[in-house]
Amino acid sequence: MSKVRVLVGTKKGAFILSSDGKREKWDVSGPHFAGWEIYHMKGSPADPNRIYASQTSGWFGQIIQRSDDGGKTWHQPGSPAGEAPAAGGGPPKGVSNKFVYDASSETGKPLTTHQWYDGTQHPWEFKRVWHLEPSLTEPDTVYAGIEDAALFRSADGGITWNELPGLRGNDTGPRWQPGAGGMCLHTVILDPSNPLRIYIAISAAGAFRTDDGGKSWKPINRGLKSQYIPDPNAEVGHCVHHVAMHPKRPNTLFMQKHWDVMRSDDAGDNWHEISGNLPTDFGFVIDVHAHEPETVYVVPIKSDSEHFPLEGKLRVYRSRTGGNEWEPLTKGLPQSNCFVNVLRDAMALDSLDSCGVYFGTTGGQVYASSDAGNNWAPIVHDLPAVLSVEVQTLP
Amino acid sequence: MIRVELPQHLRTLARVAGEVTVEVTGPATLCSVLDALEKAYPVLCGTIRDHDTQVRRAFLRFFVCSEDWSHESSDKPLPEEITSGKEPFLIVGAIAGG
Repeated sequence: MSKVRVLVGTKKGAFILSSDGKREKWDVSGPHFAGWEIYHMKGSPADPNRIYASQTSGWFGQIIQRSDDGGKTWHQPGSPAGEAPAAGGGPPKGVSNKFVYDASSETGKPLTTHQWYDGTQHPWEFKRVWHLEPSLTEPDTVYAGIEDAALFRSADGGITWNELPGLRGNDTGPRWQPGAGGMCLHTVILDPSNPLRIYIAISAAGAFRTDDGGKSWKPINRGLKSQYIPDPNAEVGHCVHHVAMHPKRPNTLFMQKHWDVMRSDDAGDNWHEISGNLPTDFGFVIDVHAHEPETVYVVPIKSDSEHFPLEGKLRVYRSRTGGNEWEPLTKGLPQSNCFVNVLRDAMALDSLDSCGVYFGTTGGQVYASSDAGNNWAPIVHDLPAVLSVEVQTLP
Repeated sequence: MIRVELPQHLRTLARVAGEVTVEVTGPATLCSVLDALEKAYPVLCGTIRDHDTQVRRAFLRFFVCSEDWSHESSDKPLPEEITSGKEPFLIVGAIAGG
């Protein structure tokens, strides 16, 4: 029978929730990396036992962790897997956290400035890894979206990292600016039909696409309208919160922007709004059903200044028509006095026949639905604030 | 032999319990002690000083014989109490919420 493994990053550690295909009984392991912020964990599609984790701290900076056994043991890439503590084997040898912008004259781009909150220019500074996106085919290849916004790649299992500087060197860089969470590159989508095409999104710069494997990038924000920036139709500067794609429709993208839920059917070249009958179109997460490319999920949040569900009712909204027509999904979710948030990387879907949907909240709940959102139940409800949720569907 | 006391999270990362000791060749300074520490425990690279600039991370402080050395020159020689191992060199995380 198939199994699922839900990878949960929280403000105070990582948790792994495992179940069989029924998704009724769950084993919970963790906290891994207790006390650290785990911005994101994701498994390799090419080797599900290979999981990468971004471990970060305001005090101690960035660490990359890797598991080669499905999350049972972890190590910093470069140190032997499953290495024993000091008494048995000495300290780990890995230096897996060296994220240095490539400003070299040979391969890089000059380290310029971006716009700061007050409109002045501010130097690029590495802060943390927001998102790890393993290659679809190579377990040792993984992309990292970082703050201040840039895209890095490792081809040796996370030991060494190299920037793809063409993105940061895009001539729109000085007009990028941080959102409330910082100037983060939070979304990396690899096109399964075209290994040279990658989509990324930055808050607050917008969405970008490369068609040459990361050498050059172009902004893909036509159709976005953001009333909170001087030119609502600007080429860049939009606060894109998340983007999702169904692997069988790689030219169709769904976007939860700061405000507005958007759709593109031409690989991001043009966008149109699909907020339709949503009660509010502010939010962070957006995702697509594993088997139905026109079924989309969002969690509407009241507003940019009140990051909690409207009326204290936690509702996932589902569209089965690719947008515009949305239905609230409430069974099993709190419908009074609920004031949590659901952050941008905190929703995921499994690919079992009856598609499972998962999301985590800043209140520490991880909710699961094993029937595409019709019914929900918490897997856990007292974790630290959830930063990210990913799921692996295992044979 | 110089004794170094790490904050708890860095002890966990380096998989050590209690203090660690490092050998410094040449003059013992903040810089040379941190160089020796990072050589012995590579996972600590970037967690105390920035990889690129070697600047102390903002939420960490260095204490030497009860004095705050966080803003001292990294080339300033450490006192005999530290170099002799009588006192530990302290790397302390700022007390901040969360």
